[in-house]
Amino acid sequence: MADSKKVTLSRNDRLKVAWRSTFIQGSWNYERMQNAGWLYSLMPALNKLYTKKEDRIAAYKRHLEFFNTHPYLASPIIGVTLALEEDRANGAPVDDVAIQGVKVGMMGPLAGVGDPVFWFTVRPIIGALGASMAIGGNILGPILFFVLYNLIRWGFMWYTQEFGYRAGSRISEDLSGGLLQKITRGASMMGMFVIGALIERWVKIDFKPVVSKIQQQKGSYIDWNSLPKGSKGIQEALTQYNMGKGLSLSNVKVTTLQNNLDQLIPGLMALLLTFLCMWLLKKKVSPIIIILGIFVVGVGLHVVGWL
Amino acid sequence: MSAISMILVIIVAFFAGMEGILDEFQLHQPLVSCTLIGLATGQLTAGLILGGSLQMIALGWANIGAAVAPDAALASVASAIILVQGGQGTKGIGSAIAIAIPLAVAGLFLTMIVRTITVAIIHIMDAAAEKGNYRTINMWQVVCICLQGLRIAIPAALLLVIPAAQVRAMLESMPAWLSDGMAIGGGMVVAVGYAMVINMMASSEVWPFFAIGFAVAALSELTLIAIGTIGLSLALMYLKLDEGGNGNGGDSGNNNTGDPLGDILDDY
Repeated sequence: MADSKKVTLSRNDRLKVAWRSTFIQGSWNYERMQNAGWLYSLMPALNKLYTKKEDRIAAYKRHLEFFNTHPYLASPIIGVTLALEEDRANGAPVDDVAIQGVKVGMMGPLAGVGDPVFWFTVRPIIGALGASMAIGGNILGPILFFVLYNLIRWGFMWYTQEFGYRAGSRISEDLSGGLLQKITRGASMMGMFVIGALIERWVKIDFKPVVSKIQQQKGSYIDWNSLPKGSKGIQEALTQYNMGKGLSLSNVKVTTLQNNLDQLIPGLMALLLTFLCMWLLKKKVSPIIIILGIFVVGVGLHVVGWL
Repeated sequence: MSAISMILVIIVAFFAGMEGILDEFQLHQPLVSCTLIGLATGQLTAGLILGGSLQMIALGWANIGAAVAPDAALASVASAIILVQGGQGTKGIGSAIAIAIPLAVAGLFLTMIVRTITVAIIHIMDAAAEKGNYRTINMWQVVCICLQGLRIAIPAALLLVIPAAQVRAMLESMPAWLSDGMAIGGGMVVAVGYAMVINMMASSEVWPFFAIGFAVAALSELTLIAIGTIGLSLALMYLKLDEGGNGNGGDSGNNNTGDPLGDILDDY
């Protein structure tokens, strides 16, 4: 060791790095993607570890190489890199190739974890929860979404960065092994479950065509002409309609196509529409084209009276 | 609209634009940004409901591989401004949603432009690194983030300049069949986001979960929290059972506490 006293990164230094890694995508570019954001995140740590100017310059250049992963999953990689840089600053034989190797080796597999877990499970589920409240006019919807999501995000980023820092370079073996794979699998299961429910609840298709009009028998509908006058009549009508008698409101029972479809299973058409979209997406049709197409079809079918 | 409201709206737009690239705090998600614009302009309820409706559409919007997702930031900010300017209150939400979709595409091109400009900035940073000038690097990182903010703040300011009466006249000239049809389309378009999510996650292992979720949702007494709880429990049960099966096949000795994360941490 060249120096007798050891440089270590304090908890405060690591917190600073974690906070700055919030902005890792800020300078996302087509040439080297998250490279500058990555350097920006590590900057306080590098400046503390390397005090000589030429060491600093080498470190900055080392961390301006290509880098790209899921923004939250950069945290464990940052943790590992901090541990490696700390060793290096204290004289351990950690060369540029080792550091670059760890970064590149981890960024691919970890990005594959971040997409299903955050973009396709955590955000849609909390988003749908908040949105369903907001549509009902409940201001708690957006607040709940914002607070809950950011608690999970920040907790994840800080915990995994610390985990990476403690585990050092051995982390990539552990993370790509059992644990993260299990989280990804579990998240896909829960995600698919909730998506199934959301399709039933929130994809709205209501087919208007009338399939049948049946004249009902006397006694199975409310006979409006024989009701008492005034509020008594209203009370009587509501009693007949709802309180156990379940009489229908008019003497003709109208069944629309939608009623028939709902008897098979509610939400069937929504499900079929989703499958159609999936098929189109697999055929490489742009989601934007599909969205615009659905609007055109929606207006068209409404004009002819189907929807 | 008062000057203070306008400034607040532009600030919200700026943050939404930053978040559109950072994707951290989720200020660009319609649920948050539409509500904030509603709050800034005194039309909280309309903004809130628009945000909720757009959020349902945008749930699955995320960039997967080559398919580029529509831009939620411009869509939510611009449609919220148009909704507020139109002065139709909650009635205008259907047409605001319809306007949001093409805007989501326009936002995409704006992001591409900024990401290309950033390439030039990266080279400035390279030069600064060569001199060990870390303050310059920090400064340009902040500039890049601000550029992404301006990407949304400038279109928002332009929309605010258009007189409210003109926006209102445009919205009111829309015939009923068109706006009703758009609202119906808005109800169906949600499926695209879900389809993107499913395409990403589907495997033979998870399809039964999808089927149970779909069937269970018909019970309208179950809230989304209840559905989430059932889903989480099913996933945990499945993983636990699966683990038990594999454990017999002979595994390393650290699977006894039932807490895999704790086990890995204990090893260090």
